[in-house]
Amino acid sequence: MIKKDRKGIHELYSIDPIEADKLLWGRETDSSRRGFLKKTALATMGTFLGAEIAFANTMPAGLIPASLISDEPFLIPGKHAGLVILNDKPINAETPPHLLNDIITPADKLFVRNNGLVPENIDVNNWILTIEGESAKEKKTFTLEELKSNFKHYTYQLTLECGGNGRNEFNPPAKGNQWSLGAVGCPEWTGARLKDVLQSIGVKDDAVYIGYYGKDIHLSQNPDKVVISRGVPVKKAMEDESLIAWSMNNEEIPVMNGYPLRLIFGGWPGSTSGKWLHKIVIRNKIHDGPKMEGASYRVPCNFVSPGSEIDNEDMCIIESMPVKSLITYPKSGAVINDGTFLKVNGHAWAGDYKVSEMQISIDFGSTWQKCELKSPKNRHAWQQWNANVNFPKKGYYEVWARATDSNRKSQPMVVPGWNPKGYLNNACHRIAVKVV
Amino acid sequence: MGERKYNLTDEEKSKVKSLVSFTSYFLFSCLAIISIVTYIMLWYVPEINTATNDQIVEDKVENGIDLSTGLIADEGYKMVKQQCISCHSSKLIIQNRATKEGWTNIIQWMQETQNLWDLGKNEEIIVNYLAKNYAPDEQGRRKPLENIDWYVLKQ
Ligand code: HEC
Repeated sequence: MIKKDRKGIHELYSIDPIEADKLLWGRETDSSRRGFLKKTALATMGTFLGAEIAFANTMPAGLIPASLISDEPFLIPGKHAGLVILNDKPINAETPPHLLNDIITPADKLFVRNNGLVPENIDVNNWILTIEGESAKEKKTFTLEELKSNFKHYTYQLTLECGGNGRNEFNPPAKGNQWSLGAVGCPEWTGARLKDVLQSIGVKDDAVYIGYYGKDIHLSQNPDKVVISRGVPVKKAMEDESLIAWSMNNEEIPVMNGYPLRLIFGGWPGSTSGKWLHKIVIRNKIHDGPKMEGASYRVPCNFVSPGSEIDNEDMCIIESMPVKSLITYPKSGAVINDGTFLKVNGHAWAGDYKVSEMQISIDFGSTWQKCELKSPKNRHAWQQWNANVNFPKKGYYEVWARATDSNRKSQPMVVPGWNPKGYLNNACHRIAVKVV
Repeated sequence: MGERKYNLTDEEKSKVKSLVSFTSYFLFSCLAIISIVTYIMLWYVPEINTATNDQIVEDKVENGIDLSTGLIADEGYKMVKQQCISCHSSKLIIQNRATKEGWTNIIQWMQETQNLWDLGKNEEIIVNYLAKNYAPDEQGRRKPLENIDWYVLKQ
């Protein structure tokens, strides 16, 4: 019997890498020895890697895909190489704060949060959005073209943040991808208002919640298993800025972020904004799809001591995300000369609310300096802030950033209330600065 | 059984010969193709990489780390490689820290909601390995900033 080990692949590639490409993947390159002559070979290789291959057309021939052998750098199609990959299957990646300096987050710098596998063979011409449910007056389907031609288009800049952003700081540790700071972004989204689409069907008076279904594939490969199906209360669904979006920054939504259609609920956990959207259900009770239940996207209704066991009925669904900010310039680790000013800037956001004040501290929170703060472009857009900092003498400093929202709630300096899945860490962002 | 004899002409003999050699060549090719396909399938087709697979990838260890997965090569890691990396990569495991109870809860949650199978006796091996090698570190409410990459800022 053949030994089921990985040695074979190395052997094949060491004997004749070009032949190995052909043998294993049906891959043939032209005389440049880059790219793929046959699309099917690329798909085969992609399927085994569980992802599309970035820069497929320049991928050198005879190269073992890195993720098959080790955790060497792995590039996500359409994404900046500076993103930190937390997981390559399913793909999860965050953007370091210094790459989030743009006011409108570009497509290649928007984080990726997947619970399952990205759908393959997306056929936009036959993409159907179905709307139904016990509180829908009728069941209706729309093609993408119908959505675009039947409803007025709106564009808003909306902040999208993973509920688990900051999870890595909780103690005892919280389960899941260990996001640090960069599972957040604020691109511009274009689509139809969800309320316009819902009202065209008719929402019954007993409607409570809307839920979504997407085309992502469960990790167990079971085609009938739903990966994630969450949603929002009808009140949130009916807001002007709640969109069924088909475009991001005036381009198609990146595949990793939900192409060709997704929901966007600015200021709420990213998991409410379903990707690869193909169905919306109008429910007469709180939607009960996978990841609505248990500890998923819920926190204890009352504060608990770290590490507590909490009954399911004492867990409450996260709605608006808390006030938060990032220092996007300079990158942590800046060394500057004594006597020079340091320009510092970043963004601040506050879920359903507005940021009313922004402060920074260079003395570990003893004193705070007020920053200049801009108004949001629209509701749920992050706001820009900046300050000039003067360091009194040489030494190691940390710049801490603290935003306060329109309810007078500020970011804590330590990690806030512990919860089993490590959501809602909005502790101050800190960067290191050395004055020499 | 009685013995029979056939007398074949030279032409017939050469026809039979070429038929035999063609058939064996054909059968050999089929066999070769089938074994290559099986060989490849055994490594990569995810459905096959389940509990029955005794070894998915070569266990090449460097500095105590299993190279193909990044897992700490301590007692029980091969079981984790067999049971835990067919749905998601080992990266999801390595980033997490939990006690024995915590790891048991994660496994139970995957069994209840994510189609993870019953691990039988192997569960204890896996949980012991994880609780030992991926245990929570002692840390305060907020750690000092780590891994600072100092650079001269040009303003
Ligand atoms: C049948 C498929 C499957 C197998 C096999 C599997 N898992 Fe998982 N696991 C999942 C899914 C699905 C998730 C959720 C991923 C997400 O939502 O990001 C998950 C999540 C996790 C998480 C993160 C926990 C969380 O709350 O998000 C850890 C840690 C983990 N798995 C460890 C393991 C270990 C250890 C094993 C081996 C005993 C294992 N997995 C085997 C499907 C599987």
